[in-house]
Amino acid sequence: MIKSYKFRRVLANTFIYILLGGLGLIWISPLVYLVLHSFRAEGLASVSYLIPKTFSFQNYIDLFTDTASLNFPRWFLNTFIVAIFSCIISTLAVLMVSYSFSRLRFKARRPMINIGMILGMFPGFMTMIAIYYLLKAMGLTQTLVALVICYSAGAGLGYQISKGFFDTIPRALDEAATIDGATRNQIFWKIILPMSKPIVVYTILTAFIGPWTDFILAKIIMGDKVDNYTVAIGLQKMVSMEFFTTHFKRFLAGSVIVAVPITILFLKLQTYYVEGVTAGGVKG
Amino acid sequence: MKYIDYVQLNPFQKFGYNFKEFFKALPRNLKKFFCMIGRFFKNLFLGIGKGFAGYFSRFVKGDWATKLSYIVMGVGNAAKGQIIKGLLFLVIELAYIYFMISFGGYYLSKFGTLGTELRHMETINGKHVTVPGDNSMLILLYGVLTIVVTVLFFVVYIASTKSAYKAQQTVAAGEKPASFKSELKDLFDNKFHVTLLAFPTTTIAVFTILPLIFMILIAFTNYDASHMPPGSLFTWVGMSNFADIFKITGGGASGAASKGATFLELTKWTIIWAIFATVLNYILGMVVALMINKKGIKLKSLWRTLFVVTVAVPQFVSLLLMNQMLAVDGAVNVLLVNVLHWAPEPIAFLNSTPLLARVTVIVVNCWVGIPYTILITSGILMNIPADLYESATIDGAGPVKSFFKITLPYMLFVTTPYLITSFIGNINNFNVIYLLSNGGPNTSQLYQAGYTDLLVTWLFKLTMNSQDYDLAAAVGILVFIVCATLSLITFNLTKSAKDEEAFS
Repeated sequence: MIKSYKFRRVLANTFIYILLGGLGLIWISPLVYLVLHSFRAEGLASVSYLIPKTFSFQNYIDLFTDTASLNFPRWFLNTFIVAIFSCIISTLAVLMVSYSFSRLRFKARRPMINIGMILGMFPGFMTMIAIYYLLKAMGLTQTLVALVICYSAGAGLGYQISKGFFDTIPRALDEAATIDGATRNQIFWKIILPMSKPIVVYTILTAFIGPWTDFILAKIIMGDKVDNYTVAIGLQKMVSMEFFTTHFKRFLAGSVIVAVPITILFLKLQTYYVEGVTAGGVKG
Repeated sequence: MKYIDYVQLNPFQKFGYNFKEFFKALPRNLKKFFCMIGRFFKNLFLGIGKGFAGYFSRFVKGDWATKLSYIVMGVGNAAKGQIIKGLLFLVIELAYIYFMISFGGYYLSKFGTLGTELRHMETINGKHVTVPGDNSMLILLYGVLTIVVTVLFFVVYIASTKSAYKAQQTVAAGEKPASFKSELKDLFDNKFHVTLLAFPTTTIAVFTILPLIFMILIAFTNYDASHMPPGSLFTWVGMSNFADIFKITGGGASGAASKGATFLELTKWTIIWAIFATVLNYILGMVVALMINKKGIKLKSLWRTLFVVTVAVPQFVSLLLMNQMLAVDGAVNVLLVNVLHWAPEPIAFLNSTPLLARVTVIVVNCWVGIPYTILITSGILMNIPADLYESATIDGAGPVKSFFKITLPYMLFVTTPYLITSFIGNINNFNVIYLLSNGGPNTSQLYQAGYTDLLVTWLFKLTMNSQDYDLAAAVGILVFIVCATLSLITFNLTKSAKDEEAFS
């Protein structure tokens, strides 16, 4: 009896291992394909077999040295500059808003939270056309400044995760500091921020990653000004009809370069991500 | 049903009961919702009325300086010794007047018609000159800007009258009004929220709220390809864009696809897509998560990472890659035709029949979405009390039965809000469709859309390809109404969940 129970359990587990292995293979194989073929030396865009025959770093070298038609290093630098500036501004905005909503009590607090919630329900790119014309009126379209503005202007609306974190810091700390004569400004810088290092790091990193992965907004703002592209639209340009045959392998190489750091960061930060998604989204 | 009866139900019946109750309560909740909106407006108007009453009573009770500061801002403060504050108010007023004379007034005066003068040639002093005429788009944009600035100025104006009256009262009480320095200090203590929120609120007002108002107003104009400024003008047309959308029958003039029929078709597909994408990802993701977390399965973190990596890779990379792999000469066809010999010839997954394309995007979306579910649900699945499963096993339930009788009801109960938010997310799932199929296969049966286009990608194509800004804005508003209603239901569910402990 016991033996058969054990046997059944082993059978069930073996079945699960096989299933997980198969599914894991399906999930990971496109990414393996991406990495393998980014090192492929022979052939043009597509080949009629799955595993490359010869490997080299040529695609990566071409990506950074052959800048005649598509300038990947330039795009990389653009994205880096935009990411740095929008990261600084949006981190500050997010922390300021979440601290105000979490710790300070003022008349307009509730209405502002409600307005923020309603604003979040509009399809984001519904406003993009208007933003485009606004930037055009300011003479900023097709510039990196426009991108920085777009990525950081609305950042204050993404306060929920860090507000949730601030809410967990006991208010007694604030009260004690107030009795000791600290102003709210000092409480913010000297008590709350040092205690919230993980969430500050998370905010900084997500703000930094944003410009590397955004696609639609950058495309609308940059239009045909290829020199000011970010990596995301640049890589999409590489798989467009015009460049597909010559640049597909470089597209793979570029994707690997962008995806690897972001993937590692995400795997490190996934607990925060889960908290952010489930906050308010899951009961219990 | 009494509580005692409810407790005796099995989890599945409990879910069914909750489900039924939810729909039974829906009319009541909707009524409550509309009452809430009514109350909101009532309070708003009452608040405005009270504000005005205060405004006038302060005027009546004020001395000469306070009264004068109703016209020349800041006089009241300056007369009581708050000179810098008074000057600041005065500068703001002068700046606003200058703004209105040099800029805002012109656009506001044209706001009602959105411009009347077309671009045309004129002869001045014997020379032919092009007169630029009115630009409806700029009139609308700057008109909205002027209105926003005016509202902000009005807030400052009311604050200045209040401040003048307060200074008067302080002096009347025999005290010295706060010095500028101490008020500045207060901005870092008691009024710290003003300092903190000033910058984010301004940027949000200019780059989110202003464009939003602009786009909402566009839905009530005829701004499309044949009314493009600066060459021609557009104007207010009331609800006719919405009428276009809901007019199902009767195509365009030359047998072209009608906008109404396209809207209907795309709405149907958007709903089917959202249901499939949400339900499949949810159930399958949970099954995989259960398998990974099953007792006795080793290398748990390896399995988890294997799936979660696909979440971590930026979506534009993985979806563009998928698009290439599903092409006729892509990797999937190589696998099917050359390696496994399952298919005699390459299959055009995304470009042949509508059905195949639709199934393909749903399947690929599973590849994208299942890891999300694994990530989100793993933690919650571990919280299901193990004794529930043990007793189920003793009673002879197999794994499938326990899944449907224990896991699913429990998870549904706990994660309904998450389900609704991901349903909304799928209605707005722009990336997957745009990068994967770009709405294809294209057809002339639909107006500016392909068979896999969702409402949001259609909106994008309408603005980018055919410049139907008016129609796009109207579609955007409709999508917003649906999403907002669903969000409010979620909000109510989470709120009601807090005082409900049926499952703990």
